[in-house]
Amino acid sequence: MEPYEGLDFYDIESLLSEEEIMIRDMVRDWVDEEVLPNIEKACEDGVFPDEWRVALGEMGVLGAPLKGYDCPGLSYVAYGLICQELERGDSGLRSFASVQGSLAMYPIWDFGTEEQKNYYLPKLTSGEWIGCFGLTEPDYGSNPGDMITKAEDKGDHYLLNGAKMWITNGTIAQVAIVWAKLRWSNSWFHR
Amino acid sequence: MKGKYSLRASVTSELVFQDCKIPKDRILPGVKGLRGPFSCLNNARFGISWGALGAAMACFHSAKTYTLSRIQFDHPIASYQLVQNKLAWMLREITKGQLLAYHLGKKKDAGTWIPEQISLAKMNNVDIALDIARMARDMHGANGILDEYPIMRHMANLESVKTYEGTHDIHNLIIGKHITGIQAFTRTI
Repeated sequence: MEPYEGLDFYDIESLLSEEEIMIRDMVRDWVDEEVLPNIEKACEDGVFPDEWRVALGEMGVLGAPLKGYDCPGLSYVAYGLICQELERGDSGLRSFASVQGSLAMYPIWDFGTEEQKNYYLPKLTSGEWIGCFGLTEPDYGSNPGDMITKAEDKGDHYLLNGAKMWITNGTIAQVAIVWAKLRWSNSWFHR
Repeated sequence: MKGKYSLRASVTSELVFQDCKIPKDRILPGVKGLRGPFSCLNNARFGISWGALGAAMACFHSAKTYTLSRIQFDHPIASYQLVQNKLAWMLREITKGQLLAYHLGKKKDAGTWIPEQISLAKMNNVDIALDIARMARDMHGANGILDEYPIMRHMANLESVKTYEGTHDIHNLIIGKHITGIQAFTRTI
């Protein structure tokens, strides 16, 4: 096939910053060189190639719009461009980056303690650790408010019981953000 | 999970917790209720609204290249009006989706967005990407089913993307509530 050229009929590129264009092109080139030659094999084998985790961390695109704690601190437009280029390769690849950045890193960044942020975020943005996000349950998809996963206060710890389904990165993750019901809250976090 | 025809290069799992002991310092103290997961999903959905355009652009590129090189009745099929109509429709929808995504990105950067705007962008851009993938498959003829082209893979992937992170229909209900002030999610029957 002809080399890939993005479609930009209304010249949106003229509205992008130099940094945004640079990041888009970096991810585009990586997808051409490393993803497209290997994607059909990955799909056939049903695996997410571990080299892609390493490369995403090295490119500095995980948790793109988050600031501090070694995170990239890019604009949301840059984050969008990264997603666009990753999904030009494959939706599964973009899903990995979405879950890592928006679903695992973001809640720690927004709702975590300083200690939690310092502990988890640098290792997640570098790709050293993989994160996942457990909200959907086998019987509660569009209606998460009725989830049955529960956390019971046992004094010095909580006891977690329940099941989460359709969890991207679930069995390859080191960090799991799990949402469960408590008597006083339903925010939960567990590694 | 085994048996997926979609997102095959992504790991999807079921997690079961049975009397799983969690140290108290692992809780996220800064949020209560569904606002927590929903604010995460807003960011992910924003990314999807751009990502789906990437898949659509890949299908458009393949359809354009293929129809310019495929000869039938002595001419490239891209020279026929029915094919040009499809290419023009793809370009039209991708361009509108790009303007939507870009403007929403600037609103995210400025902090002036509302969740309903993200719902609209996610819903629209995934919807058009899936239609573009299906149309591209048609334009590739029988070749469109082969893994030599990215079309069937994107098409199968986008079926998941349409459903995850808020289904297409749920995003319609979010916008319906925004318009009417009446929520249509739950009722007592």
